[in-house]
Amino acid sequence: MEYMPNFQLHRPATAKEAVKLRSDNSAAQYVAGGTDLIVNVRRGIEQPENLIDLSAIAELKLINEDKDGLHIGAGVTLKEVARNKKIVSKYQAVAEAAAAVAGIIHQQYGTLGGNLCLDTRCLYYNQSEWWRQSNDYCLKERGDTCHVASGGKQCFAAFSGDVAPALLVFQAEVDLIGLKGPRRIPLAKLYQNDGMDHLTLKAGELLTAVHLPKVLAGCPSRYEKTRIRGSIDFPLAGAAVRLKMKGKKVEDFAIALTGVNPYPQIVKGTDEYVGNAFDDESLDKLRDSVRKQAKPMKTTTVAPWYRRRVIGAVARRLTEELAG
Amino acid sequence: MSEKRNKTLLHCTVNGKERDDVVKDNMLVADYLREVVGITGTKIGCDGGECGCCTVLIDGVPQHACLRLTATCQDVEIETIEALAEQNRLSALQRGFHEKLGTQCGFCTPGMIMAAEGLLRENPSPSEDEIRQGLAANLCRCTGYIKIIEAVQFAIDELGSKGKAA
Repeated sequence: MEYMPNFQLHRPATAKEAVKLRSDNSAAQYVAGGTDLIVNVRRGIEQPENLIDLSAIAELKLINEDKDGLHIGAGVTLKEVARNKKIVSKYQAVAEAAAAVAGIIHQQYGTLGGNLCLDTRCLYYNQSEWWRQSNDYCLKERGDTCHVASGGKQCFAAFSGDVAPALLVFQAEVDLIGLKGPRRIPLAKLYQNDGMDHLTLKAGELLTAVHLPKVLAGCPSRYEKTRIRGSIDFPLAGAAVRLKMKGKKVEDFAIALTGVNPYPQIVKGTDEYVGNAFDDESLDKLRDSVRKQAKPMKTTTVAPWYRRRVIGAVARRLTEELAG
Repeated sequence: MSEKRNKTLLHCTVNGKERDDVVKDNMLVADYLREVVGITGTKIGCDGGECGCCTVLIDGVPQHACLRLTATCQDVEIETIEALAEQNRLSALQRGFHEKLGTQCGFCTPGMIMAAEGLLRENPSPSEDEIRQGLAANLCRCTGYIKIIEAVQFAIDELGSKGKAA
């Protein structure tokens, strides 16, 4: 690792103050747990002049439940998301996804908001300064060539957060606060298909909370990821499935994927299965459809063809388990 | 002329002793402990949160000292491996690592023991599975982990029988 660059640290006590600090200072960035950002700063990938530490903002650390559903502050740690009784019992996939992030120690200070706003990752990007320099950098950072798709003008770095797909199958919404005030958008709208700029946040906007709708509370759901090291790793591919059955027939069905695209992706065509029972043929069709929609590129040490195979298998298995 | 460094006045507690230090904004807790406080039990391995060697307890919660900015530790309590022995008597966990040969080269040991300490404070009688989960973010290249799990179980037994005696 390189030396830490010089920067100024700010510790606001409110979200509003954080937004103001971010707009008042040049080259400013937010940092929550820092499990990802600090590593990137040390590798020279990020070069902030000002870091705005969010750990002192109490309002971001609350979990509330009301008639609309469950509201989780962006500063809540992943461990708390994984262990919170209401999340475990009503939104199981979300708890499983939080428990699957990195290792247990990261989960104790890494936050929900940080996992949702995690930078995209690539074999050619998350490397040391000298490694990237000797490779002439890459499209995402200082260079003009994409080593994943040479000649390409698009960045394919993969979104590697675990919690986002689990929240997507529950149609979660997120609160953002910017200089012009707060706004609420569906989580799906937070992301776009661009590895260089995968978040649709406007300049200086801060994610403050996640809302899980009451209507879907208790709907059976699961999350599973494949990774190189079982104890601590980013997903090679991950899938969240939410499936409600009525007798033998599908009533409500959603799948979302992570690690196989620059954004967490909702699988299209799950409505086709509503009203029908699952059998081997339809499960195989589902598996193939997931494989077709996932577009893993050479962003990890593991080959794309394997990740494509595995994501289909994981989605199929979880669906079969939930269908009972 | 050298670049002017941004600094913060930090008040915190390290191993039970209150401290006031002026720290650079970009200083990490691992460097603060080793270079400013002068206690070198906390080891720096991968320097990027992957190996767990630098695990310390911050307000009782295990964290990687190589990823936490010191200036964010305002008014917190930091505990390192040096805090565990009482009057030169090893803690139950430290004795466990000694008795069960949970240590070979020793580089991962401080982080491993602090992660285990955090685990036992939260759950005094974890199952083997829970021990494995609690130490999952700590890498050891020597022992093969079996001896480390036995060391933690030794400490659990010892603390458990002490509890019964009292």
